[in-house]
Amino acid sequence: MTDLLIRGAERAGDGVRTDLRIVGDRVVEDGSLTARQGERVIDADGLVALTGFVDLHTHLREPGGEGAETVLSGSRAGAAGGFTVLHAMPNTEPVADTAGVVEQVAALGRAAGYVDVRPIGAVSKGRRGEELAELVTMARSRARVRMFSDDGSCVADPLLMRRALEYARIVDGVIAQHAEEPRLTRGAQLHEGAVSAELGLAGWPAVAEEAIIARDVLLAAEAGARLHVCHVSTAGSVELIRWAKRRGVRVTAEVTPHHLLLTDEAARGYDARFKVNPPLRTASDVEALRAALADGTIDVVATDHAPHSAEAKRSEWQTAAMGMVGLETAASVVQAAMVETGLLGWADVQRVLSTTPAEIGGDASRGALRPGDPADLVLVDPAARRVLASSDLVGRSTNSPYLGRDLPGRVVATLFRGTPTVLDGAVVELEPAGGDA
Amino acid sequence: MSDHLLSTRDLSRDAAVALLDVAEDMADTQRRTVKKLPTLRGTTVVNLFFEDSTRTRISFEAAAKRLSADVITFSAKGSSVSKGESLQDTAQTLQAMGADGIVIRHQASGAAAVLATSGWTRAAVVNAGDGTHEHPTQALLDAFTIRKRRFGAGSRGRDLAGLDVVIVGDVLHSRVARSNVWLLTTLGATVRLVAPPTLLPTHIESWPVEAGTDLDAAIADGPDVVMMLRVQRERMTEAFFPSAREYAALYGLSAARADRLRADALVMHPGPMNRGLEIAGSVADSPRSTVLEQVENGIAVRMAVLYDVLAGERTA
Amino acid sequence: MPLRTLLQADDVRRAITRMAHELVEHDPDADRLLLLGIPTRGAVLARRLAAEVARIAGREVPVGVLDVTLYRDDLGTQPTRATGRTDVPADVDGATVVLVDDVLFSGRTVRAALDAVTALGRPAVVRLAVLVDRGHRELPIRPDSVGRNLPSAKSERVRVLLTETDGRDEVTIE
Repeated sequence: MTDLLIRGAERAGDGVRTDLRIVGDRVVEDGSLTARQGERVIDADGLVALTGFVDLHTHLREPGGEGAETVLSGSRAGAAGGFTVLHAMPNTEPVADTAGVVEQVAALGRAAGYVDVRPIGAVSKGRRGEELAELVTMARSRARVRMFSDDGSCVADPLLMRRALEYARIVDGVIAQHAEEPRLTRGAQLHEGAVSAELGLAGWPAVAEEAIIARDVLLAAEAGARLHVCHVSTAGSVELIRWAKRRGVRVTAEVTPHHLLLTDEAARGYDARFKVNPPLRTASDVEALRAALADGTIDVVATDHAPHSAEAKRSEWQTAAMGMVGLETAASVVQAAMVETGLLGWADVQRVLSTTPAEIGGDASRGALRPGDPADLVLVDPAARRVLASSDLVGRSTNSPYLGRDLPGRVVATLFRGTPTVLDGAVVELEPAGGDA
Repeated sequence: MSDHLLSTRDLSRDAAVALLDVAEDMADTQRRTVKKLPTLRGTTVVNLFFEDSTRTRISFEAAAKRLSADVITFSAKGSSVSKGESLQDTAQTLQAMGADGIVIRHQASGAAAVLATSGWTRAAVVNAGDGTHEHPTQALLDAFTIRKRRFGAGSRGRDLAGLDVVIVGDVLHSRVARSNVWLLTTLGATVRLVAPPTLLPTHIESWPVEAGTDLDAAIADGPDVVMMLRVQRERMTEAFFPSAREYAALYGLSAARADRLRADALVMHPGPMNRGLEIAGSVADSPRSTVLEQVENGIAVRMAVLYDVLAGERTA
Repeated sequence: MPLRTLLQADDVRRAITRMAHELVEHDPDADRLLLLGIPTRGAVLARRLAAEVARIAGREVPVGVLDVTLYRDDLGTQPTRATGRTDVPADVDGATVVLVDDVLFSGRTVRAALDAVTALGRPAVVRLAVLVDRGHRELPIRPDSVGRNLPSAKSERVRVLLTETDGRDEVTIE
């Protein structure tokens, strides 16, 4: 591994302009440093250095959905977006509901080598919402699962949800709920509001999300268990989470980049790139979500990176698949929605995209890019701008809602355990790690 | 003039009146000895129906044929291809076959817009009903029918300013209602929606309409037109309303209710009717009913629409 | 090209009077005369001709409007034209129909008018009266009554102005 010297970056955590020397997988020195012979120097003048991003909500599609994404292609997309840790959702085929599947996904991640792939285990067998999956076995497997979710489906049965919350306490696990009351969203296509009424698309009411969150925070309080609310999308959900946190409920929450930037107005052309679950909401919801992320009611940003083949998206709205890719653009969208609006500084961006998601996922060792801390880091050029093109998307799918849109910021370099995975804005070709490292 | 007709939302008052005036001219030609016009000779119109609708299909076929277009009817319903693929594949096939115009009926809202903007075809697209979104030619023929009844030979150049129209029934799932809301209000009419709360879309504050749940109150206000929407019986099993009997009692246009209408008030229905549910048979057959005129006027209006999107140079 | 006036108001008036005389002479006892003007200025001319015929022959002549837009053969080569109202006050079957237009050029409008009139019925005779014949026919069509023959270059533009539509009577070329 080559030693690295990063010159003149602004360290997001403390705002200090510093050089950083990387040896092995650690930051070893900061301050004003002189390059040594044989050391690779990265000029980071004008760039912000943040601890590597951690995504709590990625769909890597493998096994079963390799046409849309693989662990390798998704890992590369993550690296391109500045991520060093991806939590892989279990809605694969087969479902990641056993130790065998989660270990396989983790091993594929190690073999790819671009990021730390941390599998999320299913809450229920087959994600069918009927019987508990073997949560503790998955937790004690080599994949060390700490987060469980039936994402894509809601754990709708209140009894099963209660049991899951209680049972996960054995391993201090967290249940990540996809909050969507299924009876209230049958056939739903777009946020129930003025736009859906006009477009004749079946409405997806905010209350379908809020009713589940209200129920779940009460169940979590009762069980003394950890609840994580996935992709919060409505102002009402924010109010419920705020209320629960004030009452001391152990609840955390995430918001996606797209729910911070886009609204249901985007659906007017029936372009299925804007079809997503939960749906894009209204401008006042976006405002509430931004405020909640700024004040800490919502803890983290998670991408809900959901790759789909072109065929799955290129059709009339009603039959198109739900979801959008988001790894490559997450930092840019957060910059547009939160930094450029003055709601967050770069230290906060590091908190919501790296430190806090790592803690929720069970990893408290992110550090702050000081000597002795892990060399998981990303260099962002906040002054750059680009009109997003499909060539900017590194993963296997191009279902991005931002194609053709002007976005601020650019990931210039990503280091994963000291190894550059992105340099000069391009993904580095890594030697395959060769099996189960 | 336009490349496509996808919705009535984007029609201006002048464009709508102009279209209705062309429809008047078309209706005149249909009283001539020779009804067939050479206007669209050499033009190929494809009726692409992903959903059964014999009436609308026949009406468009007649309209295209009266204008001497070559007409191909393509019923894609029940095709084994998955729905998403079939719209793209079918559109590309039709493009390869040289379709100049595509009249599309589809169960998905927005299908016509997707077809028009997809790049799969350069043909002019006419929306013949997309899901629960819009059915613009139905609204145009409704407006035409109202205008003709009200103003007769003096219809040309006029809008519907000052007329009160009540639309009753399953507004939530009705593309006819949506297209009529935009068109009739653009033409100056006042529109009031009457439906059980379960069948009214939420969040219609921005619509230029009044909405209520009391049909008798709406009738007491003396509207010029009462437009009844078709009720799908399966809505009952989805808990939108409890029974046909209760629906008919609350929202059916019974003979007793029709008797309380002004003498010159019109009763409209886009068809096919559920006699005895949303409309009493005697009301549907009464002189104030325009049901058959609507069918007849549909041909002239669709001729006007096809003329509008197909007769000129293609700019796309 | 400079704009030149070819006919003054008096010339137009005299031409219409002469055409009216010709119509009466052609069909001295035609009690089934029906004048159909082609919009816009042909319709105005038809009304003037009908008034003149009435003055000369001492009887009213039915006059109407024949919109030919839907019968044209050049629809695909330009933006969609607005259609106009057709108003035919008498039965076409067995009538002596006189088609009236302002300028006769390629003959294509008249061809469309022949289709339009035969769609209405079966006239006994169809005649053609035009205020100006500028030549350059593309179809075997010739007028029965002409106000003035005005040889022109194909690229030139001949315009007929009439008081009812344009505020004055004049024929110009440019």
